[in-house]
Amino acid sequence: MLLWSDALFFLLIAAVAGGAWWARGQKHLRLAWAQVGASRVGLGAAAVLAVFFAIGLADSLHYRERLPDSGNSQSPQYAVEVLSALDALLMPLKTRTEKTYSAPLATHLYAKETMEDGSRGFPPLKHPGAHLLGTDKVGQDVLYLSLKSIRTGLLIGTLTTLIMLPAAVFLGILAGYAGGWVDDVIQYLYTTLNSIPGVLLIAAAVLMMQVVIDTHPGWFATAAERADARLLALCAILGVTSWTGLCRLLRGETLKLREMEYVQAARAFGASGLAIMLRHILPNVMHIVIIALVMDFSGLVLAEAVLSYVGIGVDPNTVSFGAMINTARMELAREPMVWWSLAAAFCFMFVLVLAANLFADVVRDAFDPRAAK
Amino acid sequence: MLAYITRRLLYALPILIGVNLITFALFFVVNSPDDMARMQLGIKRVTPEAIEKWKAERGYDRPLVWNERATGTGKATETIFFSKSVRMFAFDFGRADDGRDIAREIRMRMGPSLAVALPVFVLGLFATLSFALLLVYFRATTLDFAGVVLCVAMMSISGLFYIIGGQWLVSKVWHLVPISGFGDGLDAAKFVVLPVAIGVIGGIGAGARWYRTIFLEEIGRDYVRTARAKGLSERLVLFRHVLRNAMIPILTGVIVVIPSLFLGSLLIESFFGIPGLGSYTIDAINAQDFAVVRAMVFIGSLLYIVGLLLTDISYTLVDPRVRFQ
Repeated sequence: MLLWSDALFFLLIAAVAGGAWWARGQKHLRLAWAQVGASRVGLGAAAVLAVFFAIGLADSLHYRERLPDSGNSQSPQYAVEVLSALDALLMPLKTRTEKTYSAPLATHLYAKETMEDGSRGFPPLKHPGAHLLGTDKVGQDVLYLSLKSIRTGLLIGTLTTLIMLPAAVFLGILAGYAGGWVDDVIQYLYTTLNSIPGVLLIAAAVLMMQVVIDTHPGWFATAAERADARLLALCAILGVTSWTGLCRLLRGETLKLREMEYVQAARAFGASGLAIMLRHILPNVMHIVIIALVMDFSGLVLAEAVLSYVGIGVDPNTVSFGAMINTARMELAREPMVWWSLAAAFCFMFVLVLAANLFADVVRDAFDPRAAK
Repeated sequence: MLAYITRRLLYALPILIGVNLITFALFFVVNSPDDMARMQLGIKRVTPEAIEKWKAERGYDRPLVWNERATGTGKATETIFFSKSVRMFAFDFGRADDGRDIAREIRMRMGPSLAVALPVFVLGLFATLSFALLLVYFRATTLDFAGVVLCVAMMSISGLFYIIGGQWLVSKVWHLVPISGFGDGLDAAKFVVLPVAIGVIGGIGAGARWYRTIFLEEIGRDYVRTARAKGLSERLVLFRHVLRNAMIPILTGVIVVIPSLFLGSLLIESFFGIPGLGSYTIDAINAQDFAVVRAMVFIGSLLYIVGLLLTDISYTLVDPRVRFQ
């Protein structure tokens, strides 16, 4: 089965692939990407990102298991739980649950319990030494949870920009090219949105969305679909708060390009405004779009954790770094301390965001015409 | 200058009205007060009487924008739009959904918020600028490279990690300061030290890297070469010429946040139990107190607009080429 976010994610991957195919034919783009490929840091970061994306992609192939035929119904029955290809790959990790906390690679539970013979001690694990990163409060494998969180982080980081991109590009170029009252209206629009503190706008919108989802329980067949709707809505809201920056950049660049000779020439030949914007201005601001895309990604991944902590992030049922941190936060205060789920969430996030930041730097250096070549 | 400020303030009015309309649409049109009441009282098994009572207690039982039953100007004023949205312009925020006066809460909580946010801002700016200047002074050396690597690494760490890690290390393991809480007067100092330190450290990575880029851009200019040709020392070049000329891009990013300092920091305040506006907002979000969230949105945008105005005025102070038009 196909969740909406999966569909958009695949669409995004297809778009990137298509874009890459098109860029092969464009000399200046090929040169810039060749520069990214020539940098060791860029290649390393890209490799790490590719691994993360592969995991996210595997986690986006969802299906519902077909239940064994009970005989009395004609149509096949499907399980309520939605699984993904990643779940199938990690089935051993997913099913090897313990009773409660266990330290990484431990053989016994973390807390003392009364044993069967009446003495108090650490009960042995069902799967000793199998949990590379330990287990959490309800005995789930932390490595499995961390890998599942990757998809959420990637979706927030990519879909948000995908959703806001058309509006930002269209309005930015239009404001810069058309000028006059169109420019005024668009500027008013983004100043107004910008002036609302981002967290509060997100909080307000998420609270409202929660009301809508709660009052229409019939819209969603499974819990996964409901969580998915909330994830998408969160992306859309984050998009609304983050398109203003790119829009302003594009407006400024278009104002400059509008006065260029080739645009004047196109106008003199009688090209329409739309054609000029599409054929002459859009290709010349693409580097700003690409830079903004890769630069925004890491910030969004970090923002997800904060928003989930505040309680306006993803659905509580969605596995995400923010949700992991939120539940694991209190465990530091326990005696003895439970540190591994917190450490795992922060480490995975750190690697992902560091790779994204390094990649973004290399891309910016390659595409920014002002950067010394 | 007075005329300029007045005109800018008049520009700000439509923006505030826009913000107000957006919040009104979000809170009352997308979802009716009935939905809110049902959410507060629990979705299942809620009687229509209970909903009516909840709405009446909070003044949500009026028509949205036009009251047919009222007389005279009451047609426009005895509505949700007027009583909840328009009156914010007079700083009349009404009561929170739990019955407490929002304006009073805001007055009480501004102090603690500032006690944390102001030192974070001042010390943070000082630390970031010094670090960036240091990197630029040693530019193109191993030290500079190591510094940039450090910045990128620090940027990639979640803000939550700094808070949770710092709290655990300093308060729980070393027992240097209380884990959370707040006190009056000088007593507050011991509660404020750790949040401030964490706030400063958390912002240093991204800030220092950004300032370094700005400084490096300035350092390639002709006037810097001239200054060096005159025989000025590198330190004088950096402080007297580069720092001054880099002020404009720095001011754009910095001044605008000053008014927002009143709002405090959501995360730091809620983790450290500081009774400021940030934790007030988080509590309101968790309790789904729409009245408080609405009021905070309004105040937040108002402060942002004041910040924009301050930015424009400060340009003229640092750059004589900019004049009020």
